[in-house]
Amino acid sequence: MSADAAPVSAATPDASAGKLSRRLAIALGPIIVSLALAGCVLLAVGVNPLAYYGFVVERGLLSPLGLQQTLTRMAPLLFIAAGLIVAFRAGMWNLGGDGQFLLGAVAAAASAPLLVQTLPGWLALLLAFLIATVVAMVWSLVPALLRAYQGINEIITTLMMSFLGVSLANVLVKLAFLDPSTTVPQTRTLAVSDRLPRLFETTITSGLIFGLVAIVVVHLVMTRTAFGLKLRTVGANPRAAIHAGLNVPVLTIAVFAISAGLIGMGGAIDIIGIQGNVRADWNPAYGLAVIPVVFLARMNGFAAIGFVFLLSVLSIGGESAARRLGVPQHFTLVLISIVLITLAVAEYMGHRLNQARKV
Amino acid sequence: MEQTQAGPAIVSLEGVTKRFPGIVANDRVDLDIRAGEVHVLLGENGAGKSTLISMLSGLQQPDDGRILIDGVEMPIRSPSHALSLGIGTVFQHNMLVPTLTVAENLALGGRWWQRPRIAELTARVAEIARPLGIDINLGARVSELSLGEQQQVEIVRALLRDSRLLILDEATSMLTPKGIAELGALMRRLVERGLAVVFITHKLGEAADFGDRVSVLKLGRKVGEITSERLRMLERAALVDEIVAMMFGRQAGADEISIPPRAANDDALLEVRELSMAETSDAPGLDRISFAIGHGEILGIAGIDGNGQKQLAEALAGQRPTDSGSVMLAGQALDGLDVGGRRKRGLRYLTDDRLGEGTVGTFPVSINYFLKQIGEPPLWRSGMERTREIDARAIELTRRYDVRTPGISTPVGRLSGGNIQKVLIARELADGARAVIFNKPTYGLDLANTLATRQRVRDIAGQGLAVLLISTDLEELLSMCHRIAVISQGRLVGIVSNGDRAGERVGRLMIGLAA
Ligand SMILES: Nc1ncnc2c1ncn2[C@@H]1O[C@H](COP(=O)(O)OP(=O)(O)OP(=O)(O)O)[C@@H](O)[C@H]1O
Ligand SMILES: [Mg+2]
Repeated sequence: MSADAAPVSAATPDASAGKLSRRLAIALGPIIVSLALAGCVLLAVGVNPLAYYGFVVERGLLSPLGLQQTLTRMAPLLFIAAGLIVAFRAGMWNLGGDGQFLLGAVAAAASAPLLVQTLPGWLALLLAFLIATVVAMVWSLVPALLRAYQGINEIITTLMMSFLGVSLANVLVKLAFLDPSTTVPQTRTLAVSDRLPRLFETTITSGLIFGLVAIVVVHLVMTRTAFGLKLRTVGANPRAAIHAGLNVPVLTIAVFAISAGLIGMGGAIDIIGIQGNVRADWNPAYGLAVIPVVFLARMNGFAAIGFVFLLSVLSIGGESAARRLGVPQHFTLVLISIVLITLAVAEYMGHRLNQARKV
Repeated sequence: MEQTQAGPAIVSLEGVTKRFPGIVANDRVDLDIRAGEVHVLLGENGAGKSTLISMLSGLQQPDDGRILIDGVEMPIRSPSHALSLGIGTVFQHNMLVPTLTVAENLALGGRWWQRPRIAELTARVAEIARPLGIDINLGARVSELSLGEQQQVEIVRALLRDSRLLILDEATSMLTPKGIAELGALMRRLVERGLAVVFITHKLGEAADFGDRVSVLKLGRKVGEITSERLRMLERAALVDEIVAMMFGRQAGADEISIPPRAANDDALLEVRELSMAETSDAPGLDRISFAIGHGEILGIAGIDGNGQKQLAEALAGQRPTDSGSVMLAGQALDGLDVGGRRKRGLRYLTDDRLGEGTVGTFPVSINYFLKQIGEPPLWRSGMERTREIDARAIELTRRYDVRTPGISTPVGRLSGGNIQKVLIARELADGARAVIFNKPTYGLDLANTLATRQRVRDIAGQGLAVLLISTDLEELLSMCHRIAVISQGRLVGIVSNGDRAGERVGRLMIGLAA
C-alpha cells in the first residue's frame, strides 16, 4: 500500500494478446482460490458453499430483477470509487468515506423533499445534490487542513472524522430532520415520482449513468490533464512536488475536497435515486467496502468499474443469500478480504518465483 | 604505490550477465576480487558498474553466469545474505531512512528483540570515524543532513559490520579533497588487514592513487584490466592516459582551465543582500549572506559539504523560507515569490538530490523533463496533456543532452545515476533561463560527460547569464569560475578572484585562515 504504486501514465503499449491472457490468469486464479477458501469458512459454519454461491450468482447476476438491483447498487459505489481514486493516486489515504457518504446522504434527504415542493423537479434534485456535495467537502476540511499545514497523518484523522460523521448523521436524522408523520425515526421521504428517473422500462436508476460518467471523468483527469499529473506527482514524491514549485498544501486541500465531494455525491445519488429517505442508524458501510476494490483495480478507473460490478453482484446476491441461508450479510466483506489476501500472496509468490528462476 | 600482498580471490564473477528490457547491463563479466587489494571499477555512465554491484550485494540476481565465494559457487539471495557473507556496500544513491536519526539508522539491522545499544555504538562509531576525519552527529535526523554527510554515514555503517569485502559505489563523489585522501588511506589500512575493497569512481586520479588493480567496463562488457604489477610500473600520467583510452577508445581531452570572457554589460544580474535564516538543531542556518553576480559571470561557492550550501540554494530557489534579506534578479525583487514565480522570472535551480527531489522515479523520462512546467503551453493546452508534443520535445532533449535511455517512456528511476543527472540538466537549461544555480552539477558524471557539462556551464555564462556554481570539487571551481566565495557554517567567509594562487587562498579560507 505505498504511494509509488500509482501506475505510470505512459506505459509501453506492447500488451500483446499472450500477455493479456496471462494477466487474466493471474487475476482469476486467486479469485478461484479465495472462493474455495471462503467455501471452507461457510462449511465450518454449516452452510453448503455451493448453495451459497449458487444463490449469489442467481440473485445477483442471472435473475433479471437481481441484475437490475445490482446495476442500481453500482451507482453510489462508483461515486465512492471515483472519490477514492483521486485521493489514493495523490497519496492521501482518505479512509473517512463512510462519514462523508452518510452526511451527504442526510443532507440530500433533508433538502430534496422540501425543495421539490417549491422548485421544478430537476432543479430541486440538482440543488439537493450540490448541497450534499458541499456538506461532505466541508466535513473533509479538518483532516485536509491538518495534513496540509501541520503534516498530521490523514489516515487517523479521516477515520476519526468518519466515526464522528456517522454519529452526527444519526443525530441529525433523529433530532433535526425527523419526519413527524411516521413513527419510524427517519427523514421525510422523497416520493418515487420525484426521484431520479429510471432507465427505460427497468428498475435501474439513471444514477448509474452519472456514476459511470464520474469515474470515467476522474480517470481521464488523473491520467490526461495537468491537474491530475500534479496530484500524482504529490502522491509519488512530495519532495519533488515542492522542488517543482507545486503548491502542495493547496493541492492537498483540493484533493480532500474533490474526494469527499465525490463520495458525498454518492450519498446524494443513493437518496435521490434509490432510497428516498435516510432511516436512523442506517450505515451501509460502502466506503470501507470500496477501498479494497480500488486497490484491486490498481486505482485505474476502468478496472474499478469492473470490480465495482463484482462487488455489487456479491453484495446484492449476498443479501438475499443471507436472508435464505442465515449467513450474516457482512460475509461479502469476508469474501472480499480473502480475495485481497490471496491476491497479495499470489503476487509475492510470483515475485519469488521470478527470482528463483534467475538464480 | 605500496607493496601489498594480493591474496586469493574471495569473490569471483564468472560470465555474469544481467539484462534489462532493451539493454544488456552486464555482458559476460569475469572479475576476481582478492583479499588485500583495492579493486577499482571504472566505466562511463551507464556502463553497468552499479548493476554489477547490485548482484554482489544481493539486490538483483544475474541472468547468466555465476558468483563464487572462496571458490565455491554461491548465489547471493538477498541483501541480508550478502551481509552475512561479509559483503558490505555503500550504494551510489543513499539507502538511509530519512525520518530516523543517524544513530537509529546505524542500529538498523540489529537483532529485533534487542534494544539497540546506543552507548556502545557511539564508541565504535567514534573509533571508526575519527581516523577518517568524519564528524557525524549521531542525534541528527537524516533528512536534515546534506547528501555528503549522508554518504559519510553510509561509509561508517558499512565499516561497522566487519565486512570482508567492502564495496564503495561512487562514495567519494561528495567528499572534500581532504576527505578523499583520508578515505584512500583508510582503504589502504583495510586491505593491509586482509580485506578486499571494490572502489567505483569517475575520477581517474583516485583510481591511479588508491587502486591495486583496475578493471574497466564499457557498455556492459569488461574491456580491460590493469594488474597490480603493471600498475606499479606505470607513471601516474601514463596510467591515466591508458585508462582513458580503454574507457572512451580515444583521447578525451584533459579538463582545461578555461574561464569564459565576461559580457560587456557589467551590471549585477543576481543580487543577494543580507540573506539570513535561523539554524536548526541539525542544520546550519544562513548568516547575512550577500553577493552579486554580473551578466556572464560564474561565481563559485566552495566549502565543506553541509555548511549551508543546500540551505542557500533552496532559499534562492524559493523552496525554503528565509528570516530576512532580499534577492534581486535583473533589478526586480524576488522576495515573496514562490518556486514557480521565481522560475518564471528566469531563476533556475539544479538540485544535487536527483532521486530525492529532482525526479519522480516511477514517472517516465519524458514527464520528468517537464515536471517544473506542468500545465504550461505548448506541452499542455487548457490543462490537457498533449502527448505528441511532449514526446517530440522529450526525444529532442534526450538527443541533445545525450541521455542514454531505452526510451522516453522508461521510468526515470531505471536509468543510471549519470543519466538521471543529464535529465535534470536538460530540464533546467531548456529555454528562458537568466540565472542558474548549479548544486554539484557534475557529481556522478563520467569524465566525458563532466567535461561536456562544464562546457555547458561556461556556454551559459557566455550567453550572458549569471551562474552560481556550488561545488565541493575545488578543481572544478578553479577551472571555470570568475570568483570563488567560501562558505563556512552558513557564512561567506571570503571571496577570492580566480587567478594566481587562488586555489591556495580558497583552501586557507576553508580551514579558517585569512586568505
Ligand atoms: N532496474 C533497471 N531496469 C532497467 N534498466 C536498468 C535498471 N538498472 C539499470 N538499468 C540500465 O542498465 C544500464 C547500466 O546501469 P548502471 O546503473 O549499472 O550504470 P553505471 O555504470 O553505474 O553508471 P553511472 O556511472 O551513471 O552510475 C543503464 O543503461 C541503465 O539504464
Ligand atoms: Mg552507478
